[in-house]
Amino acid sequence: MRVLACLLLMGTMACATRPGPKTGTPPVSRSDSAAGVGRGGASMPNADPFPSSYVAFPGRTTLIRGVNIFTAAGPLIRNGAILLQNGKIAAVGQTVEAPADALIIDGAGKYLTPGLIDNHSHLGVYASPGGNALSDGNEATNPSTPYVWAEHSVWPQDPQFPRNLAGGVTTLQVLPGSANLIGGRSVVLKVVPSRTVQGMKFPGAKYGLKMACGENPKRVYATRGPSTRMGNVAGYRAAWIAAEGYRRKWDKWNTDHKGDAPARDLGNETLAEVLRGNILIHNHCYRADEMAQMIDIAKEFGYKIRSFHHGVEAYKLADLLAREGISGSLWSDWGSFKMEALDAVRANIALVDRAGARAIVHSDDASGSQRLTQEAAKAMAAGIAAGIPLTEEQAIKWVTINPAWSLGLDDRIGSLEAGKNADVVLWSGNPFSVYSRAEKVWVDGAMLYDRLNASQHWRTDFELGFVPLNRN
Amino acid sequence: MQIQLSRLVARSLGCFAFSIAVCLSAGAQTIAITGGKVFPVSGPPIDGGTVILTNGRVAAVGANVAIPADAQRIDATGKWVTPGFINSSTQLGVIEVSQVNATRDMSARGKDNIAAAFTVWDGLNPNSVMLAPARKEGITTIVVMPSGGLVSGQAALLSLVPGTTTDMIIRAPVAMVAEIGDASSAGVSSRGELLVKLRELLEDTRFFQTRRAAYERAETRDFAASRLDLQAMIPVIEGTLPLIIAVDRASDIDAALRLAREYNLKIIIGGGAEAWMVADRLAAARVPVLTGAMNNIPGGFSALGQRQENAGLLRRAGVNVSLIGNGPGDPEAFNVRNLKQEAGNAVAYGMTWDDALRAVTLAPAEAFGVSDRVGSLQTGRDANVVIWSGDPFELSSRAERVFIRGREYPEMTRQDMLTERYKTLPNTHNMPVAR
Repeated sequence: MRVLACLLLMGTMACATRPGPKTGTPPVSRSDSAAGVGRGGASMPNADPFPSSYVAFPGRTTLIRGVNIFTAAGPLIRNGAILLQNGKIAAVGQTVEAPADALIIDGAGKYLTPGLIDNHSHLGVYASPGGNALSDGNEATNPSTPYVWAEHSVWPQDPQFPRNLAGGVTTLQVLPGSANLIGGRSVVLKVVPSRTVQGMKFPGAKYGLKMACGENPKRVYATRGPSTRMGNVAGYRAAWIAAEGYRRKWDKWNTDHKGDAPARDLGNETLAEVLRGNILIHNHCYRADEMAQMIDIAKEFGYKIRSFHHGVEAYKLADLLAREGISGSLWSDWGSFKMEALDAVRANIALVDRAGARAIVHSDDASGSQRLTQEAAKAMAAGIAAGIPLTEEQAIKWVTINPAWSLGLDDRIGSLEAGKNADVVLWSGNPFSVYSRAEKVWVDGAMLYDRLNASQHWRTDFELGFVPLNRN
Repeated sequence: MQIQLSRLVARSLGCFAFSIAVCLSAGAQTIAITGGKVFPVSGPPIDGGTVILTNGRVAAVGANVAIPADAQRIDATGKWVTPGFINSSTQLGVIEVSQVNATRDMSARGKDNIAAAFTVWDGLNPNSVMLAPARKEGITTIVVMPSGGLVSGQAALLSLVPGTTTDMIIRAPVAMVAEIGDASSAGVSSRGELLVKLRELLEDTRFFQTRRAAYERAETRDFAASRLDLQAMIPVIEGTLPLIIAVDRASDIDAALRLAREYNLKIIIGGGAEAWMVADRLAAARVPVLTGAMNNIPGGFSALGQRQENAGLLRRAGVNVSLIGNGPGDPEAFNVRNLKQEAGNAVAYGMTWDDALRAVTLAPAEAFGVSDRVGSLQTGRDANVVIWSGDPFELSSRAERVFIRGREYPEMTRQDMLTERYKTLPNTHNMPVAR
């Protein structure tokens, strides 16, 4: 049935290239997609007009030993070791051989985790010190704005970035806000000091598309519409109908190059890329009944929802999320601030995990993002209190490999395994303890945060002079 | 059948919905909590200590306390026993759903941003579904704050005992609240003008107080505030009612200290993001501070120096510090219980563990002048006691038993009910319950 719908709606090419549920398909390289492109070529799949200029900071070959390791890929390794070399994890295990020139760090009594990943951040687009001048997260001028890209709002000098790094977060998905039905493209950033947003962009990461259900769009557009939930749904469907026609036109032209290239449309370019499976859907949606409707809309148009964000009622629909392969990006304990958040329960994350769906702790908050393992610890405690057996090995996945999957980056980050990027956090104690703090943070093998070396702490331009130095 | 059902409900919900006589008789029971690691806060911890609760009060605390023969014994071996926590800045009970206006009762329009007569607790809903989760996780006392404007109104210190607001009141008013960090919300153009307006109110209150008879004869000039607001401000200028000044910037805190000296006000700093910069001055003036330990973002030009070490640095300078949650905001009332996380983070950022415990118990009780009622495990205090599975600040620890005025209220919260309902899902879209 779904195959048929796919053929009817999408055309064979898009179906063939659309990744399956495991989405292991690597993105088409730029040179492939650029072949034979004339004017208007950015409507080609995977066009990349603002390419990443990220270059890893210099790192040393480093061995951390005698340390407890949450790999997010297996049981806790007590008193183990890890070797970071050439920006990658070279080896991890009980004992690891190190070259003679390696920097040796004794991790006795400490813990290692993968660099944490927050897949719901507004850093840079709602930068500190706040106010209208730095409020760049919601293009609330039209209910559907697939044509905006969050990266064009990101201020790399937002002082929230270094605080996030000090909280052990090495990868962020920065999303547009939730005022709109379709809010625009997200961007995946490495939490590194850079003069430009391009210098922070995760090379090769897919874009995400922010969609929003429920109260926010109908409140923001109450006077011009949509002003109801049914108006919201009509809005999504109208957008996808237009996008589907656009995609078909461009895919045909990309194949036969007959006549002039079709006119470009920024919004439909993004939506067409969703339909081709190259952009991942991150859908702000609180209520179970609305999530079920969003799943049906995705099926109608042949795309997949990668993650429901906020999902305070995900526990009511955890079986469906598991069946559909949709992750739940959730808070440990936010709720009741609006009607659609009324049924929040603290066991939400645990219940979603138990049902077999990928559970993710997300923040949507510059403060909470700095304490993701504390949030996970609260969610774990609530699950255990509700009678759901959980381990720390499971809970660490909520802030590492599961959000990595939601970004399509689980082959590169999110666990401590040989060959993966050396994004690593050394914690002063068990990361689920309220008393533990990140001591050292490596991004691609470069130590970018060392709590004990305050003079080297990353300070954004804004902070100079304005924010007092805290060295005590 | 009907009678049986209501008996069942009465038993499971506790007595609060039923007769007061039942409550009193239950509270009269003597309970002996034995074997736990007891933190009286007013004195050193006692390993294997005993706490006796009688008639809703703490009857005895110590290592070798005689246990009355009729006492119900609770073995707390391996557990940690503390006073119930005090969240000293919350809008619990006055906000149910913050985006539903009909459930927001924390602000008053007042007259020209002055609402001193506003008694926020009169709008409190003791049946709010938010109260039970807070209570269940070890919060037994709260300070309910009004917010908004220049003078927001009067705060109350309440027990989270189930019942009516009347049952809950420990002290009301417990403080007046003013917000001086933001000129625009006070309806003026600048910080200096904001203080002019506050001074004018204080001057008018003084004048009103001494010329009351003339005022009643309509022989006085016009005042900046209404009659009821001026009336409400009198205990503030008399120094008997503390004035909580919500303020972040160090220079604004300094200005608040000058104002307090000028008018002999008893003030408490609320928020105080940059208080650490003027810690010595606050300590010298013996001004308590209510602040969090999870804020480090220079989130505005008034809070550029905000840092998580704030609470610890203030304490080290000798300031009476009470820890508070993330302040008025979306999930605040939902997460009054997260006070323990603030305390744990305060420790991670330099406060001693003992001071952090004090900052959620005895410190606020002292700041608000109610340490004879709550905040410690001492003979005669309200029997607000929590038995924790472990270190109360650890996120894995649970409040296993919570006593308020000597009674337990083992109620199902709305969140518990939802969790139970959806724990097992059917294979269809049907509701998991048939009824």
